[in-house]
Amino acid sequence: MATEIRMPALSPAMEEGRLARWFVAEGDAVQEGDVIAEIETDKATLEFEAVAAGRLGKILVPEGTASVKVDTPIALLMAPGDTPAPASPARRAPVAAPRATRNAAMREPGWEAGVHLAPLIVREALRDALTEEMSRDEAVIVIGEEVAAAEGPYRVTQGLLDRFGSARVIDVPVTEAAFAGLGIGAAFAGLRPVVEFMNFSFALQAMDQIVNSAAKTRYMSGGAVSCPIVFRGPNGAAGRVGAQHAQCFAAWMAHVPGLAVAYPYAASDAKGLLKAAIRSDDPVVFLENERLYGRSFDAPELGDHVVPFGQARIWREGADVTLVGYGPAVGTMLEAADALADEGVAAEVIDLRTLRPLDHATVLEGVRKTHRCVTVEEGWPQGGIGEHLAAVIMREAFDWLDAPVACVAGSDVPMPYAETLEALALPRAEDVVEAARRVSYR
Amino acid sequence: MTAREEGAPESGDVGLYRDMLLIRRFEEKAGQLYGMGLVGGFCHLYIGQEAVVTGMEAVAREGDQRITSYRGHGHMLAAGIDPGAIMAELLGRETGASRGKGGSMHMFSPEHGFWGGHGIVGAQVPIGAGIALAEKTRRTNNVTFVYFGDAAADQGQVAETYRLAALLSLPCLFVIENNSYPGPSAAPRGPQLLERARAYGIETAAVDGMDVRAVREAADVAALHVRAGKGPYAIEARTYRYRGHSMADPAKYRTREEASRVRATRDPIESLRERLLGEGAVTEEVLRAIDREVKDIVSAAADAAREAPAPEPEALHLHVTAEA
Repeated sequence: MATEIRMPALSPAMEEGRLARWFVAEGDAVQEGDVIAEIETDKATLEFEAVAAGRLGKILVPEGTASVKVDTPIALLMAPGDTPAPASPARRAPVAAPRATRNAAMREPGWEAGVHLAPLIVREALRDALTEEMSRDEAVIVIGEEVAAAEGPYRVTQGLLDRFGSARVIDVPVTEAAFAGLGIGAAFAGLRPVVEFMNFSFALQAMDQIVNSAAKTRYMSGGAVSCPIVFRGPNGAAGRVGAQHAQCFAAWMAHVPGLAVAYPYAASDAKGLLKAAIRSDDPVVFLENERLYGRSFDAPELGDHVVPFGQARIWREGADVTLVGYGPAVGTMLEAADALADEGVAAEVIDLRTLRPLDHATVLEGVRKTHRCVTVEEGWPQGGIGEHLAAVIMREAFDWLDAPVACVAGSDVPMPYAETLEALALPRAEDVVEAARRVSYR
Repeated sequence: MTAREEGAPESGDVGLYRDMLLIRRFEEKAGQLYGMGLVGGFCHLYIGQEAVVTGMEAVAREGDQRITSYRGHGHMLAAGIDPGAIMAELLGRETGASRGKGGSMHMFSPEHGFWGGHGIVGAQVPIGAGIALAEKTRRTNNVTFVYFGDAAADQGQVAETYRLAALLSLPCLFVIENNSYPGPSAAPRGPQLLERARAYGIETAAVDGMDVRAVREAADVAALHVRAGKGPYAIEARTYRYRGHSMADPAKYRTREEASRVRATRDPIESLRERLLGEGAVTEEVLRAIDREVKDIVSAAADAAREAPAPEPEALHLHVTAEA
């Protein structure tokens, strides 16, 4: 009886990988625990072990194949004594059949018609922003754990050490409070540090420095001292990493006067906003998301693309309901907008892009047009950006509203580990669709 | 106009006397104004510790940087910042060093290489290391003086900063002002302060922080080490805070007699005065002139501060960001 050996997920957010090498050939006997293949992801090269004894049957995915989706059958394992059977045609070449939309490049809106678009991966957009800004201004330095020789825990700082040297690409030990303070002091003294947190949850160790030292010093000094620093790193849910590594800081950070906060969704915004953040004379909290790093978006050749803070991006026009959110929730809104279109509801989709400054005007304009609004975010509901927007809309556009604003947010719980519970804790497209129906009295 | 430019230029040890006296008289005045309700919030006085910053600043050169805690009036005066701007800030006036928005604990003067004035115990230590990082990146041989107290030395971020400073070989001089009483609680002593820095491979020295000449000597050795690119250095200056931790602290953890005894036998200003006179380095008459001059500077600062306007309401929303 043959069992399928499937492409493993070697990290929580891994969606695909390259099958670099087979260490065994068809017909070889394998023991449980034998290393049978080498798999490369964008983060690491890992060995893959057999989970049961047997003999390798048909190899379904040859070595050297790139972009093999997780869970794709890559070989057959025959129970000891079995003879290999030819693989059924249905199991051939599964590589070419990715799940719909999930990994296909998302088309970004707003580019001029006729401009050539090519896929741009978020991680590379971020790396390009860092590279270009470090080339442009030698005051820009990068500080973080594993950012230099290891090229970043998520490969965002790839190539920076080679190009700019260890004086500007600085590896630091696990000392979040101190290396945040280190960056702040360097910023006071005229450098433009980009400080990476391996996970934004670790920034809690440095919260005093971010809030008390970075955000307030311009004010406390009567304008004498500037703190041009960027704190960046993966934020929010990543894929079964549990409560202490998965939480959204957008609303927390946006609460603090003196900080600017960005949470881009699209690749071009990741680049353009990071460049703007580095050029800003104020401290910026720049939130990324592990699930978005490997996502590709169709964008033109960007060059020196700088996206100003405080300007939302309209992904879809629609006259019936305004969906407004940020970060990975933009993907959820777009999915919901597709579903709503099938029901004959035209949803407008607004990506806030930055949470401080926050583009209230675009949201209000949308609400005055559609008279209905659903906010969507992955963070917790109480004191969230959605509840803030609901208050602003009530205050500024009360007479235009045909229904109370609906807020879709992450569940009001620490992030659970179990796959089923985690999926329930994050807003899904169907939650957004249901909220849109509710505000439309449908 | 800086404090140092006022009056007759005293050089050498007489200058040290004058600088310490300016801090003493300034702090006494600040305490008075606090008692009158003119200074708000928290106010931490430097009385008794004057020899530390004065001795350290005696070896500072143009381009050096400094950062300290909430007990920072003395450091500002020693850096040459206008006493009038400091006093006006204590009173929350528009003419204050931070335009009335910072107060006693939050003053800054980049042109004097003075980076605060930090209210969170220990937070200035990694920031100071960052200022040193900027100097190293620019390949200067400037020293960043990072001052903190014995209480701050217990903060985890101080240990983290030793680690970073040693690893990155940062040009910073840590100055631990051990004023014998870590805050109002007088907690039992932890491990010896310098052993902690030594554990990270940082060179250290301990010095009598009540003796300004000894401080200057230790500072000279330390600053040369740092300027030569040999990495960080830590000095523990053993000193004594005469007043409570802040104006709100009655200092009941020690006897009045103990404070009086230190004052009578180890006062940094009195002992330098006696030595200068004994050595024939200065006359009573010159010292009296200095006393008068310092008193006048402090009175003028206080008078000007009391007459200065409060910030305009429009100032509330200014300086939050670069745009506003």
